Amino acid sequence: MNMSTGASLAERAARVAAVAEAHAGDVDVKGRFPQEAVDAMRAERLLSIQIAKELGGEGANIAEIAEVCSILGQSCAAAAMVFAMHQIKASSLVSHGADVAWHSAFMRRIADEQLLLASATTEGGIGGNLRNSICAIEVEGDRCRLEKDATVISYGANADAILITSRSHAEAASTDQVMTVFTRDQYTLERTHVWDTLGMRGTCSDGYLFKGRAPAEQILPKPFAEIAAQSMLATSHLLWSAVWYGIAANAMARAQAFVRAAARKAPGQTPPGALRLAEASNLLQILKSNVVAGLNEFEAAKADADRLSSMGFAVAMNNLKIGSSETILTIINHAMLICGIMGYKNGTPYSLGRHLRDAHSAQLMISNDRILGNTSNLLLVHKQDTSLLG
Amino acid sequence: MKQKIRELLAKHGGLPVAVDQIVDDQDLYAAGLSSFASVQIMLAIEEAFDLEFPDNLLNRKSFQSIAAITRTVESLTGNAEAAE
Repeated sequence: MNMSTGASLAERAARVAAVAEAHAGDVDVKGRFPQEAVDAMRAERLLSIQIAKELGGEGANIAEIAEVCSILGQSCAAAAMVFAMHQIKASSLVSHGADVAWHSAFMRRIADEQLLLASATTEGGIGGNLRNSICAIEVEGDRCRLEKDATVISYGANADAILITSRSHAEAASTDQVMTVFTRDQYTLERTHVWDTLGMRGTCSDGYLFKGRAPAEQILPKPFAEIAAQSMLATSHLLWSAVWYGIAANAMARAQAFVRAAARKAPGQTPPGALRLAEASNLLQILKSNVVAGLNEFEAAKADADRLSSMGFAVAMNNLKIGSSETILTIINHAMLICGIMGYKNGTPYSLGRHLRDAHSAQLMISNDRILGNTSNLLLVHKQDTSLLG
Repeated sequence: MKQKIRELLAKHGGLPVAVDQIVDDQDLYAAGLSSFASVQIMLAIEEAFDLEFPDNLLNRKSFQSIAAITRTVESLTGNAEAAE
């Protein structure tokens, strides 16, 4: 197997997707971690595709990672989201840890041991704004210590390491943040909130009181503000959108199968859902174009820190997130209208309940209202590029 | 010009520390400048100096410190010597 080509990456992702699909219903019903799918990701070495080749990874670019997210999203959205969130954390290390001894050695460990990375950016009392922290990391000599009331750590109990934000020292302003890597043996988690939700149940995004101690060199030397602006926010919107595209694409495929089955039974008559299927196809194409344009924009900007931190880029990524999170709901709703009671019912080949419930998380993971508020502020000074190709 | 920028920062920056405690090349984001407040300062500067920031200057670096803001404004007004 040639691990470095796009085709073989898609094949490996498809093998993981088959495993994820087999357990997707059970993961959803029980609200349990998609262990089988993550084991399959490890077996296919998907957890390290973004890591540089010289550190044992494959140096996959954002588009290749997004393609894997979308393939997984078509079978089990929770497993796909776990993969996406892991890759978003990996992007912080790849973009900001390559020149740092501890972090580059850690990336080699991720590849060797197929470690799963989780994120702890939310905190009780900050109202969902991840660019603020209350907790502060304490550095004493070459050791650091952190306690955080993390109201959400997705798959925290199943992760091998957690990348966690805090203020940079006890007197720092709430926006003066750093991000630190703690490995599983360096922290304890005391569960404070249970993730019993409408959808995305398998991400097991419980809340925890996090207590960690580690060597101080595990603090990423770049301010978190830069990490967020240059890799985390963009990769989040891109990879989430790729997962969401996967959910909508699978809903579309089910609706199309439903229409085709009806058409085959009654040749010469156009089935009633066919027109709506055409509408859904149009929406899916818009969604896909939006995601692909975002991926291209990131790829073009990624070498240029100024462009990545520009308002124009932030507006583009915000718009991608708003557009994809809203469009998938319309597409899945169309699919539901097409499949009717067979889509509404669980356990049929056309079931769409899980799709619809999972998709409802999209508008909320970083609230669309917050993102629109941010964009509206930026548009007070940033002038929208009105050229078609520019 | 720098004095005017400091005045605008004090009025619209929403910083947790007094602006006269901040030295020219200190990182304003680390000092607590939010993305919302940075836009309010840009608007106030546009109004005060009667200029418009082109999109290529609307990035983090242009507004990272009082010195950076001064350079950004100077690049648009062309009066580098008057600033000192």
